[in-house]
Amino acid sequence: MQTTRYEAPATVADAVRLIQADPDARLFAGGTDLLVQYRMGVHRPSAFIDLKRIPELVGIAVDARGLRLGAATAAAVITEHREVSRLWPGLVEAVHLVGSTQIQGRGTIGGNLCNGSPAADTTAPLIVNRARCVIVGPEGERIVNAEDFVIAPGATVLQRGEMLVAVLIPRPAGRTADAYLRLIPRSEMDIAVAGAAVSVTLDAAGVCTAARVAIAAVAPRPLLVPDAAQALIGSTLDDESLRRAAAAASAAATPIDDKRGTVAYRRQVVGVLTRRAASMAGARAGAQK
Amino acid sequence: MSGEQRFKYVGTRPIRHDGLDKVTGRANYGADFTLPGLLHGHIVRSPHAHARILAIDTSAAAGMPGVMAVITGDDIPKTTARLMMGEGGFDLGDMGDNLLAHDKVLYQGHAVAAVAATSPELARAAAEAVAVHYEVLTPVMTIDQALAAGAPILHDGLTTKGQPAAGVPTSPTNVAMRMELKRGDVDKGFAESDIVVERTFTTPMVHQGYIEPHACVARHGEDGQIVVWTSTQGHFNVRDCSAGILGIDAAKIKVIPSEIGGGFGGKIPVYLEPVAIALSRKAHRPVKLVMSREDVFRASGPTSGTKVRMKLGAKQDGTLVAASASLYYEAGAYKGSPAGAGAMCAIAAYRIPNFFIEAYDIVVNRPKVAAYRAPGSPSSTFATESLIDEIARRLNMDALDLRLKNAATEGDQAPYGPKFGPIGLREVLAAAKAHPHWTAPLGANQGRGVAVGFWFNAGMNSSATVSVNTDGSATVVAGNPDIGGTRVAQALMVSEELGVPVERVRPSVADTDSIGFSDLTGGSRVCYATGMAVIEAARDAREQLKARAAKMWGTDAAHVGWDDGTAIPLNGAGDRTPLTVNEIAAKLAHTGGPVIGRATVNPPMAGPGFGLNICDLEVDKETGVSRVVRYTCIQDVGKAIHPSYVEGQMQGGASQGIGWALNEEYIYDREGHLENPGFLDYRMPVASDLPMIDTVLVEVPNPLHPYGVRGVGEVPIVPPLAAVANAMRDATGVRFTDLPLSPPRVLEALATD
Amino acid sequence: MPKLHVQTSVNGDTLDFLCEPAETLLDVLRNRLNLTGSKEGCATGDCGACSVLLNDRLVASCLVLAAEVDDQRVLTVEGVARGDALHPVQQQLLEHAGLQCGICTPGIVVAAKSLLDHNPNPTETEVRFWLAGNLCRCTGYDKIIRAVLDAAATMRDDRSRVSA
Ligand SMILES: Cc1cc2nc3c(=O)[nH]c(=O)nc-3n(C[C@H](O)[C@H](O)[C@H](O)COP(=O)(O)OP(=O)(O)OC[C@H]3O[C@@H](n4cnc5c(N)ncnc54)[C@H](O)[C@@H]3O)c2cc1C
Ligand code: FES
Ligand code: FES
Repeated sequence: MQTTRYEAPATVADAVRLIQADPDARLFAGGTDLLVQYRMGVHRPSAFIDLKRIPELVGIAVDARGLRLGAATAAAVITEHREVSRLWPGLVEAVHLVGSTQIQGRGTIGGNLCNGSPAADTTAPLIVNRARCVIVGPEGERIVNAEDFVIAPGATVLQRGEMLVAVLIPRPAGRTADAYLRLIPRSEMDIAVAGAAVSVTLDAAGVCTAARVAIAAVAPRPLLVPDAAQALIGSTLDDESLRRAAAAASAAATPIDDKRGTVAYRRQVVGVLTRRAASMAGARAGAQK
Repeated sequence: MSGEQRFKYVGTRPIRHDGLDKVTGRANYGADFTLPGLLHGHIVRSPHAHARILAIDTSAAAGMPGVMAVITGDDIPKTTARLMMGEGGFDLGDMGDNLLAHDKVLYQGHAVAAVAATSPELARAAAEAVAVHYEVLTPVMTIDQALAAGAPILHDGLTTKGQPAAGVPTSPTNVAMRMELKRGDVDKGFAESDIVVERTFTTPMVHQGYIEPHACVARHGEDGQIVVWTSTQGHFNVRDCSAGILGIDAAKIKVIPSEIGGGFGGKIPVYLEPVAIALSRKAHRPVKLVMSREDVFRASGPTSGTKVRMKLGAKQDGTLVAASASLYYEAGAYKGSPAGAGAMCAIAAYRIPNFFIEAYDIVVNRPKVAAYRAPGSPSSTFATESLIDEIARRLNMDALDLRLKNAATEGDQAPYGPKFGPIGLREVLAAAKAHPHWTAPLGANQGRGVAVGFWFNAGMNSSATVSVNTDGSATVVAGNPDIGGTRVAQALMVSEELGVPVERVRPSVADTDSIGFSDLTGGSRVCYATGMAVIEAARDAREQLKARAAKMWGTDAAHVGWDDGTAIPLNGAGDRTPLTVNEIAAKLAHTGGPVIGRATVNPPMAGPGFGLNICDLEVDKETGVSRVVRYTCIQDVGKAIHPSYVEGQMQGGASQGIGWALNEEYIYDREGHLENPGFLDYRMPVASDLPMIDTVLVEVPNPLHPYGVRGVGEVPIVPPLAAVANAMRDATGVRFTDLPLSPPRVLEALATD
Repeated sequence: MPKLHVQTSVNGDTLDFLCEPAETLLDVLRNRLNLTGSKEGCATGDCGACSVLLNDRLVASCLVLAAEVDDQRVLTVEGVARGDALHPVQQQLLEHAGLQCGICTPGIVVAAKSLLDHNPNPTETEVRFWLAGNLCRCTGYDKIIRAVLDAAATMRDDRSRVSA
């Protein structure tokens, strides 16, 4: 019989204490992964620890250094934020892709990351934007780079008693922009079969001076692909360098066959998405002064 | 009946009477009903696709606090009874075994036991405590596996019925039925053909996808009187199936239909009601059973996965001369796929002098299929219409001209036997030629496909009553659950006959005690057959009103005429002032009492329907993803009573067919576990997947119906499979023969092309 | 395990209920508050039949814990019409025959109202994507989309009439 408790702590410290005391308790943000898993009998937590009443976890702050997204900030709040959309269009596109309007009303950026899905839409864009994850636990605070956060399907670096408080994203340099594309068979309401995020920085002549590429749903975790970035750096994002970036992304992919797609398909398509996302990011960066 | 009929109410678009309740959330559907003392049921389902039940231990569950009843297959009698319906019927033994398995489980999700407890959580916990011991058997998941030599046999007693193929063992077998349709000399026909095209096509098992899961409440009284509240396409059918399976009188059961949240054929069989009755009988309290979405996918009836080998031969000028086809349809766990209907529909659109079609009904370890809109026709038509497209391309003929050249018309003998009466296929094709869509330019990476589709439509039994109230308003009562606007259509018919404005007519769906027997809402028969009953009942009421007018005038009824809601004096009635319905109604108590018109009908036939779809598809050739960018449905609807709801049938059927063509499918692993029993991974079309769906209503009146109505609900799902695939062929140059056209499949084919 | 006591506002009424900690808002609305207008099509966030507004935000009530709505504001389909005045979305759905079986309709009404609250002048594409989480199997969406676009137009007309 179900004996699950519901708790709504008001501080990070209280939340940490609750999960440290009870390893079967689950942190609960938007619940859009957790309640589905609960419904499917994947787990029977002893308690839901609702994070949304902790002020530090909810909200968006943009300043000269960059962006702070509270871990329990709902997707819809992020997509409605003009400044964030202007500076990180790719990240916001990814947030906007998560589920439906209803799901975005609840699902959070932190939940997407902490759920640890290889197919999570926002993790790859966080990675290319050099996001850092602020983790608080019984031992205090530590920071982990987004590319290191997820370690395997459903598994993250979070240790017992630890929680994600916020993600920090540095303000992009001039003529820098990101893009995210995913492939789903329908136009909405699907989990990515493959995804690619790209961030590029261009100089005045349109030459790419910095780039990051990350891919989703084609490896046990969202993956940073330095080879693909290298293919772009130093180029004007011409066809040949885009093609090499695509090839590097496909080569880095280690997908599986499942009901959502085949190995061969995912490998090929992640290259196509990388190429398209890179040229989108390039066009956006080039459009800046 | 001529096409010149003029109507005052029929053909208008009033707001439906049940609409307000539906937009405000007040309408009650299957799961919305509750009773004092209600218990909640939960069904224990098999984790295996094929297994023998060795033992079921219910003692732990039965001993849990709050658990009031636990039942197994032992509580559902094994019966050999059948319930007749139209041409076919239900094998109640199979249906009972599907409700709660007796000896073997035949698919993952097959019910084996059920519990009733004081809360849903307790019921779920008790269900988990039921221990079932299985001997797991090798599952038979595909047609090829079922037909293979030495295949595991699902039913030891199953024999091939119909026209078994020569030299093939008919028992024990997984082939439940084989039938043949033939005419002329097919070998000679192919020999005379200038071109012959032949391919094998497959379509996946797909689900109707109604949004409301099955749900019911049953109360079994100590006196044996039973009341069932349920969401169904046919409450008389629920009553009679439950009575037959449980071995009790139909008169002991009253079934009250709720509003129904979609069915498309899937809410014809009983899955829950007899189980809820049996639980209630044991618990002495009312019991509610509600399926989860996962249960709906795993354990209600989808439609058959199919394999169709087809060959067509044509002359250089496009004249079709020969067709042959072998149809293999999955029945799921028990016999009874729509293979026969698939065979009868396959080439019904065309005059083909020589043909041979065989159809096989094959059991596999998947849920027993149920009807799904024009059951059987979409899959066989997919093959035909793909090959017709291929012939048009090979002959360099316009795809519509080729079809027009061969189109069936009045007087032609249908492949399944009877001669066609007036049918609208040629008119539909002509409307397609005239439609701007047909000649509109295509964009880059776009292709256009066209296909036609056929469905018989059904007649069967219906009852209706029409009461005239003393204020001149009217009530029409019929026995068919309203899934998409049939009540407003019935009210329109009453308005037409009585001249009472439609907002003064109250249409209602009555329970099994309150109206005569009515076959289910299916076969596109409600507007047609039940409509006929409503019209006759209204005419009966009108005759009575005329008699009352005669009485008021002191003349003979033969001297009273009727015009738009008014009794008028005919020759012989003298110089009387016409009497309106209101005036006659006000005097009912003084002229003989209440007026109730009544009618029962059982038309043996219905007017068949044809439709055509034009689809524009845009394909991303680097990813294989495609989108429908423009879509037009054209259909002969006979006479549209409420055109908006007719258009809605066409649009809804088209979108289901598009989903079938592009993404929907049951995905099983090798052990027979369904991998996508949820909407997220089953992938039905969402709003952003589709464009507006244009409709053209062609009206070739059906002479069998007083207004010319034809069934319209099923034809719409027949053309889309081939229309989409033909558009894909046009866009990519590749002929796809396997559905769905999912991105990985498309990309792979483009790469190897 | 004692039940939780929750005080909340539903459709403008302040009310109390007791619930299990893991009970969803949808279950409480339907089973404890008799507000059966919100429907369960899936219970996993996929169909939108259970759509409600939580503090003016569109959510799937099957993925909300009832305990969370303590002190919050919930609007269900039952609260969309004001007295005998239907919301324009409701009226237009009726006019356009934007419902057949009607099981998706409550969710569509709430979701479309929420869209028009956010965006009084949506394009067809915007309507389609906003409603992508509301499955309808009967209509093919055509008449629903037209109804929402027309509802937006009537609301704009009303507003300009008021301001004129
Ligand atoms: C219909 C539907 C469609 C969806 N579509 C998509 C999609 O397109 N793309 C996509 O990526 N996802 C999709 N999802 C999944 C889900 O919506 C997202 O992953 C969402 O971002 C999860 O956020 P949440 O706040 O709801 O997480 P929750 O369910 O609250 O939590 C998810 C997990 O993270 C943990 N957690 C949450 N917050 C923290 C924290 N601050 N610190 C530590 N651990 C934490 C929880 O304990 C839990 O294990 C979909 C889900 C549904 C139901
Ligand atoms: S019931 Fe909540 S989204 Fe389907
Ligand atoms: S009207 Fe039936 S699901 Fe939308």
